[in-house]
Amino acid sequence: MSGHSQIEVRVGEIETVARDIKRFRLEPASGTTLPLFSAGSHVRVTMTDGAKSFCNPYSLMGSPTEGASYQISVLKTAMSRGGSHFMHDTLKLDSRLKISHPVNLFPVDQRGRKHILIAGGIGITPFISMAEQLSCAGRPFELHYVIRDRGRGAYASDLTAKYGPRVRIYCRSDDEQLPLSRLLDNQPLGTHLYVCGPASMIEGVLASARAEGWPNENLHTEHFLAPPVGEPFKVRLEKSSLSVNVGERQSILEAVEAAGVDAPYLCRGGACGQCETNVLSADGEIVHNDHYLTSEDRRLGKKIMICISRFKGNGLVVDL
Amino acid sequence: MTLKFKAETFRNDFSFANSPEAILRFPFPFHEDKYMYSVNVEPHVSGPPGSVTEFAFDVDEHYVAEMQDRAIVLKEDPLRCQALPHMMLAQWDLLELIMTSLARDYPAHFALAREGDSWHWINRPMGIDHSFIFGDIAKLPCGPIEYATRQCQGDFCLLDQRDGNLWMDAGMVTTQADWSLDFDLGMNFVEWHGPVPLAHELGMFDRALKFLLNLQQGRPVRRLNWTMTVHPRLDTSPENYHKWGKDRAALSLENVGDDLHLRVELQALWRLPRSNAIVFSIRCYLIKLRELVTVPKWGRRLHRVLKTLALELVEYKGLVRYHEVAVAWLSEYDDGAPTSAGCGPE
Repeated sequence: MSGHSQIEVRVGEIETVARDIKRFRLEPASGTTLPLFSAGSHVRVTMTDGAKSFCNPYSLMGSPTEGASYQISVLKTAMSRGGSHFMHDTLKLDSRLKISHPVNLFPVDQRGRKHILIAGGIGITPFISMAEQLSCAGRPFELHYVIRDRGRGAYASDLTAKYGPRVRIYCRSDDEQLPLSRLLDNQPLGTHLYVCGPASMIEGVLASARAEGWPNENLHTEHFLAPPVGEPFKVRLEKSSLSVNVGERQSILEAVEAAGVDAPYLCRGGACGQCETNVLSADGEIVHNDHYLTSEDRRLGKKIMICISRFKGNGLVVDL
Repeated sequence: MTLKFKAETFRNDFSFANSPEAILRFPFPFHEDKYMYSVNVEPHVSGPPGSVTEFAFDVDEHYVAEMQDRAIVLKEDPLRCQALPHMMLAQWDLLELIMTSLARDYPAHFALAREGDSWHWINRPMGIDHSFIFGDIAKLPCGPIEYATRQCQGDFCLLDQRDGNLWMDAGMVTTQADWSLDFDLGMNFVEWHGPVPLAHELGMFDRALKFLLNLQQGRPVRRLNWTMTVHPRLDTSPENYHKWGKDRAALSLENVGDDLHLRVELQALWRLPRSNAIVFSIRCYLIKLRELVTVPKWGRRLHRVLKTLALELVEYKGLVRYHEVAVAWLSEYDDGAPTSAGCGPE
């Protein structure tokens, strides 16, 4: 069940902040303020382009206590289903969008005595509000930001100007590297580490941290996935007595919704678990694209995250 | 609506009683003639005018007396209100939620004027007129959760969300049905529900936790819970068990109608904005059997619910010593006629 309330906003400002990255300021279309949020929150932005509808999650970058507007940054990606292209190429000042209330799947651990934030590329966005929240609360933190080159390093100079030595930039084109083993070594008890960026970077950081003995409770990440494209396939919804066709550029969740069936969801990015659906039978292979199910779950093949995962084969029957 | 606040007690002489209006708006929790637990959450949206769910927090004729009783409990036992150090942001979130709700919903009794962080709060029934800086504890006489919940009926728990679980890291608990904040402080959702029979096997807590982890801002939920209490005693805490425990053995057909109370908890949960914590409010309503049976449907239904209640629930809810006499007394009010579906009095 969705039943999610939406807030109507207008685009108040658009700025190109780096190569392929635009910043959007969203203001309430009516009423005066937007809900306050906790750092690390994101909103799901729904945009309609003629017959096509996109619904993508974007981290909120602004100050969590500023209710007048939200700010998001969007990286234009070549391999997308069109959402980021739409935002870059079609949105103008005063364009209208609908957004969800803020949802936080990447919060700061309030007990943390020190917070290490590691960002790669567009992964910087949640850390902008985190750094603000931590700084205002007087909590010790370090922000380590890996950028491909100076032209793509959005907000690097702003962050350095604002937070001084607490921010370190590593520019790959200048052969600078994130000093990961130094960062992981000898941190005081109660240090929490947060990483956001490309999947390979996240995997690398977490694997190294675990190998160094960091407990899982002290490691935090968020990685939204765009539903990957793939061969079309059929899904039978047993409870609804319906079969739906899932198109090449469509997720199971989107196909189910298009058929008028209300299925639970939240992040729509493979991260939160809310869309977990029971598999009643599968004549083929479930392609698990999420970050939620355990390897045991995947082995048993009785669950599928319908916002992001796909299927190869003849017969997938789910409990919807 | 002008409320007339009653002068009454929830201890010693137990002068508490419900007016006829209060009886009719009582949150009777049984929609059918039997009872088993369920997750039973629904959106906490505005209910019918005059009902206990009309507003975010219900202020009724017992408000002033309940707040006085809370003050007595806290004076004797300050550990009924505790907050772990990392919950300060959540405390301010809760203070904001309580003050903005009360001022919005009961403008005759409460007022809140805000200019940036300079807040001016007026609570007329309690004679409070206080200016402070939101976010600055130096300007409050006590911590934010204590300050706000000393002025709002019901218990409140602040749950920190982390590690895929909810942790009871702060609370004000003075009107509880036999559980201890001091004991549970720092436990997680599954741990603090440990003692509840049957529900774990039914998978209820796993489902409830998953649901609550995804609770969203702007979409609070509520549910009802119930038990029974001898005398209209709000403070049935483990800490004071030596005071109330033995009351359960003192019921007979002669006094059960006046002394035994149905105790219903209206529970609500909100996602808080700045801290991402969840606040769990537990608002307690009491009604003696003799008041309850003035609503014929409720008399019939409560008899049937108690008569058929599973033994594990009779035990867990602490009803064992008087279950039989309560059923016997209520049987006089059950003529076997059919009862309508739903919880309402008609």
